[in-house]
Amino acid sequence: MSIQEFFHMGGYAFYVWSSYGLCAVVMILNVLQSVSRQKKTLNTLIKRQRRTLGQ
Amino acid sequence: MSPRRKRIILILFVLAGMGIASVLLLTAFEKNLLYFYSPSQVAAGEAPSTRAFRIGGLVMKNSVQRNPDSLEVSFVITDTVNTTKIVYDGILPDLFREGQGIVANGKLVNTGVFQAQEVLAKHDENYMPPEVADALAKAGGTYPLPENHKSK
Amino acid sequence: MFTRFNQFASPKHFYDLSARLTPWFTWASILLLLAGLYGGLVLAPADYQQGDSFRIIYIHVPSAWMSLFVYVVMAMAGGIGLIWHVKIADIIARSSASLGASFTFLALATGSLWGKPMWGTWWVWDARLTSELILLFLYLGYIALQSAFDDRRVAARAGAVLALVGLVNIPIIHYSVEWWSTLHQGPTITKFDAPSIHMSMLIPLLLMALAFKSYFISVLLIRARSEILEYECNSTWVEELISNRSF
Repeated sequence: MSIQEFFHMGGYAFYVWSSYGLCAVVMILNVLQSVSRQKKTLNTLIKRQRRTLGQ
Repeated sequence: MSPRRKRIILILFVLAGMGIASVLLLTAFEKNLLYFYSPSQVAAGEAPSTRAFRIGGLVMKNSVQRNPDSLEVSFVITDTVNTTKIVYDGILPDLFREGQGIVANGKLVNTGVFQAQEVLAKHDENYMPPEVADALAKAGGTYPLPENHKSK
Repeated sequence: MFTRFNQFASPKHFYDLSARLTPWFTWASILLLLAGLYGGLVLAPADYQQGDSFRIIYIHVPSAWMSLFVYVVMAMAGGIGLIWHVKIADIIARSSASLGASFTFLALATGSLWGKPMWGTWWVWDARLTSELILLFLYLGYIALQSAFDDRRVAARAGAVLALVGLVNIPIIHYSVEWWSTLHQGPTITKFDAPSIHMSMLIPLLLMALAFKSYFISVLLIRARSEILEYECNSTWVEELISNRSF
């Protein structure tokens, strides 16, 4: 099987690669959103504690 | 916005969403509880005669006739007991072939022929490589194999 | 036994445990995903009827399975939180919702991308597709409900009731292809006799299903950690944890 054949997917390239692409986008967005939220939560709590300690 | 007001709006929103969902569900299932009729049901007069409905069955071998000048095509579908002739003018899905299940949406015209507005292919739950399908067909297996399937 | 369960279910313990477990599930899902993709896209032969378009199965079916699995997890956790007031159960239910909605969306979208070339249509209102769409509405309703209440305990209770009521939809989705004549075909893997899919195609599918499951657990644990911190932000253990991090 050649590389062209692989990407051509027997004429179904649009449908197959759209499915896989969509899945990759959704899964990666879920991870990024969850990780950034955890960082944001920790930072907010750290800032809040500094504020209360500074008072 | 006060929290209470926010809550009330939200509850209304959820109720509206659930309402829309149930209406969708009911209309969809009311009309299509039986998604399609079989040729036997049509022969028995169970299918509606005036409004459009769906009919499903296997395309009979050697029944497909194409008009060489247009997209017009006619074929016979069967549920192994009764048959119905279907005429259609349009593009058929990739999976349409003799021996394959299809669902057609349309009306019975007075000659007892089903005039389809739309033809959808129904595929089965079997997945296998072409070589395996060939071997099964040679061994007289139970898998219905279309006449014109392409083996690479 | 019960004290041990309580210890496991204590937010602090769960927070530490999930931090330790997350990398394992992340790596497991990456490795399984690579193996499944290689098997599904390269090793598996084209289908005798559907050609290469059948390869959408490796995204569509694991997503559809997960959409049901995550809902059951969410409803069960919600129920446990409702009855026994287990904080961690509420947190798991709340953290599952957006992941479940993602999987449901993927199942519907990839199904549509598969239906167009094979069936000849993007969408039909048959029992399987309609009930899966209602599952998406249930997830979205749950998420809207969570963001509507400022009091997390009230939100958890309301969400749990919605999730438990919606649980009836799960067997409807699963058996829809048997109870009604649908355009969607019958089950391939879960029927009682042997699965009607060739081994070379089945193994990548199972690998992908496991990959999706590990992915779900790993992201769920990350989300649960944020939820725990927000939920417990005034407790001593969180304050200790924060001061250890900032100095």
